Amino acid sequence: MADLSVNFASIRAPNPFWLASAPPTDKEYNVVRAFRAGWGGVVWKTLGEDPPIVNVSSRYGAVSYAGARMAGFSNIELITDRPLEVNLREIATVKRDWPDRALVVSLMVPCTEESWKRILPRVEATGCDGIELNFGCPHGMSERGMGSAVGQVPEYVEMVTRWCKQHSRMPVIVKLTPNVTDIRAPARAAKRGGADALSLINTIQSIVAVDLDTMAPEPVVDGQGTHGGYCGPAVKPIALRMVAELARDPELAGLPISGIGGISTWRDAAEFIALGAGTVQVCTAVMHRGFRIIEEMQDGLANWMDEKGYAGIGSFLGRAVPNFVHWEDLNLDYVTKARIDPALCIECGLCHIACEDTSHQAIAIHRDGVRRRFEVIDAECVGCNLCAHVCPVSGCIRMVAQEVARPKRTWKQHPNNPDRREAAE
Amino acid sequence: MDEPASITATPPADEVTSAAGPAGLFSDLHPPLSHDEALVEANRCYFCFDAPCLHACPTGIDIPGFIRRIATGNLKGAAVRILEENSFGGSCARVCPTEILCEQACVRRAQEERPVKIGLLQRHATDWLMDRQIQPFQRAPASGKCVAVVGAGPAGLACAHRLARHGHDVTVFEARAKPGGLNEYGIAAYKLVDDFAQREVAFLLALGGIRIEYGRALGADLTLGALRRDFDAVFLGLGLAGVNGLSCAPEAPLVGLRDAVGFIAELRQAPEPRHLMPGRRVIVIGGGNTAIDAAVQSRRLGAEDVTIAYRRGPAEMGATRWEQDFARTEGVRILHHLTPVGLVAAGGAVAGVEFAHGRPDTAQPASERVTLPADRVLIAIGQRLDLPVLDVTPRIVAGRIVVDANCETSLPGVFAGGDCVAGQDLTVRAVQDGKVAAEAIHRRLADLRE
Ligand SMILES: Cc1cc2nc3c(=O)[nH]c(=O)nc-3n(C[C@H](O)[C@H](O)[C@H](O)COP(=O)(O)OP(=O)(O)OC[C@H]3O[C@@H](n4cnc5c(N)ncnc54)[C@H](O)[C@@H]3O)c2cc1C
Ligand SMILES: Cc1cc2nc3c(=O)[nH]c(=O)nc-3n(C[C@H](O)[C@H](O)[C@H](O)COP(=O)(O)O)c2cc1C
Ligand code: SF4
Repeated sequence: MADLSVNFASIRAPNPFWLASAPPTDKEYNVVRAFRAGWGGVVWKTLGEDPPIVNVSSRYGAVSYAGARMAGFSNIELITDRPLEVNLREIATVKRDWPDRALVVSLMVPCTEESWKRILPRVEATGCDGIELNFGCPHGMSERGMGSAVGQVPEYVEMVTRWCKQHSRMPVIVKLTPNVTDIRAPARAAKRGGADALSLINTIQSIVAVDLDTMAPEPVVDGQGTHGGYCGPAVKPIALRMVAELARDPELAGLPISGIGGISTWRDAAEFIALGAGTVQVCTAVMHRGFRIIEEMQDGLANWMDEKGYAGIGSFLGRAVPNFVHWEDLNLDYVTKARIDPALCIECGLCHIACEDTSHQAIAIHRDGVRRRFEVIDAECVGCNLCAHVCPVSGCIRMVAQEVARPKRTWKQHPNNPDRREAAE
Repeated sequence: MDEPASITATPPADEVTSAAGPAGLFSDLHPPLSHDEALVEANRCYFCFDAPCLHACPTGIDIPGFIRRIATGNLKGAAVRILEENSFGGSCARVCPTEILCEQACVRRAQEERPVKIGLLQRHATDWLMDRQIQPFQRAPASGKCVAVVGAGPAGLACAHRLARHGHDVTVFEARAKPGGLNEYGIAAYKLVDDFAQREVAFLLALGGIRIEYGRALGADLTLGALRRDFDAVFLGLGLAGVNGLSCAPEAPLVGLRDAVGFIAELRQAPEPRHLMPGRRVIVIGGGNTAIDAAVQSRRLGAEDVTIAYRRGPAEMGATRWEQDFARTEGVRILHHLTPVGLVAAGGAVAGVEFAHGRPDTAQPASERVTLPADRVLIAIGQRLDLPVLDVTPRIVAGRIVVDANCETSLPGVFAGGDCVAGQDLTVRAVQDGKVAAEAIHRRLADLRE
């Protein structure tokens, strides 16, 4: 059986599945239930200075897509609304009772050295394994100069990270906001400040829906709404790209990354790990179905690793990173053609109309009475694979690679490139 | 949900097309789900908390858990999750009356009258594992203990398999020439196609630690005393060896008159079932699932006119509503309130049945007589224990062996389960009994070792 244990920036955990800082990790009761269910670690709900913040009602919006509920999820909550002392006491108890699990504490205090100097020793006294700096919250806190207001300014990120390294011995994970143009800028700043690891993504600024009766953005609070933080399955592709962008950045080499955003299954987790995440964090998926999804995640990841012969997480960590290249490094001579398996075809015609109306007119219809047969016109097919995506039957349309000339020719060498550096071969 | 996982791989084309199955006399009643169908169906499951379906399964399979594994492409995990609780998960997926078990409890039924197809999903996962011959379990280190199991039906083999997993050595004594019990000899041909009963037993035995001795019958060449002496514990999974006869039947055998269970056994064992003569006009007497199976299989063999005659009303029938409707769509006529009072014979062969017609519970007395012509009469009015004469006999009440919550009989160290004890006569219940007894035996043997 595959070994799922991890050592992330010197924080050990029996598996890479951690709960992200959010309501599921807001108090001892929840965290103990999560550990009992099998979660490898948690990042405690973000702590701030007293007096605690106040939350609104309602707090959540969601996007249901084609019958699937909570394909995307949004919240307008702030950090913890419980007194600091209560949280610290519970953190100490949980860490004492669950020494083998990772317990990281998320923090957000005003951007002054005094504030950080005040809170850091108290957090360190709990015996927790590390801290995560919440530079990501995109609503409520940012208006007060915290959260993403810090995360969007690399100089602030560097400065606060440095304070934390100066005033504590704990490993420091910097949690990044995706609400920036180039995710590498705050990440590099965190590294300069001495961060031990990065985690991303926090939520994305969004309006999930508008209530057309009250004419207010959802969730509606007494007739009005505000922008919220978007997360859940819908944000996974954005998070994956940002994680991969940092994983391949030579300036960040060696800095561990915790992947967050839309992770619901073992497969999502495996994809993040393959693109360079040493651990993954989950929030929306457990808010949707409860902590018990960890059973399937562990079992599914272990079964897959066994099948592939990966003994531990390290055996495939970052394996897909070298294959995540810039567009100009792709082989322009590589060609695939669509192949429709007539035995599997259910004659829905979706491939035809997609190609006919919106692509390259490369799928012909042959009518035989009421039966229809769809055939790819090789000369027209550019191998875009739109048809394979719209086809409702798995495996019916395959993209078959054609003979390719070697060595590969990229844009850098292509004759159409006015700035080409090397001659085509 | 996402693309299928690589551990499910994209199914080869033949796997997809075989879903339709060859149209045959006894082709699959519920053909397997294709890869895409399974994904869509799995994603219909809400992953309920403390799910009602789980409580409705006699073996307590973690149904939402295995379905979620199918949805995430973790088919091995799904199959293991099933087989952990129910070693006969493959045959149960095919033969369980899900309409009165798990699927009856599915919350989707309350919501939209269309439960998740739990049985077919269970089959999807277990087939995946069995097709690849992946053994889900390893035996615990040898315990040095040995257990005797009598009867290689679902109860006996479920017990044997559990015990073998715990590291005990099991010897199974089976009177017949083949294992599987009614899975091999009794279940309707269209429910367990492609020799599934034997393939499943072979898969179970591949675990190791189980030896079957065929042609060994308790009461004939085996005594309970000897088994108790030579083994650390004994499990009886005898099923019901006898069938009830018609009280109005004549002493001498009549051509065309036979018991339904025997007819089905002959059909299941026939190398070429299509050559069997089912009779032209068939009357099946009884109201349970055996009656339905006998009637439908007679129809499929070519009988022109098949009637089930039952002495009470539709609500009292043992056959589920679904089974009754199924029989009707197969062209079987179901008549109610007919109590057989005599057989019509001609030249040593059966020619018809005389019934008293009427509802004893109403003002209409069962005095009216009707005679229905038939050249084949199948009796399906229940099975009975017919325990062989034994040196020591466990306590029996109302024709079934009495057991406690651990499936232990009145004889210490002798356990029993399945059809031979009181309860619903279903494969899944037999498996649960075997499992419960095995766990109790294991606890007992572990105590002995300390
Ligand atoms: C026609 C028919 C159709 C059915 N259809 C369904 C269905 O669709 N779904 C469902 O869930 N259930 C169905 N059942 C019920 C189901 O088959 C039984 O509940 C189940 O097989 C019981 O398992 P068992 O192990 O207790 O007994 P059996 O399956 O009867 O196995 C008992 C075994 O013990 C052996 N044996 C008996 N006496 C001795 C002895 N003295 N010494 C040694 N060996 C002995 C027998 O040869 C047999 O192999 C059906 C039953 C019948 C008769
Ligand atoms: C209701 C809610 C509250 C959250 N609160 C916090 C928080 O206090 N601190 C923080 O760092 N992230 C917070 N987040 C963001 C999550 O930790 C996580 O980064 C994000 O939800 C993406 O993961 P997911 O797609 O698995 O939900 C919150 C998310 C939600 C849904
Ligand atoms: S989940 Fe429902 S019941 Fe629970 S606090 Fe929120 S609104 Fe109230």
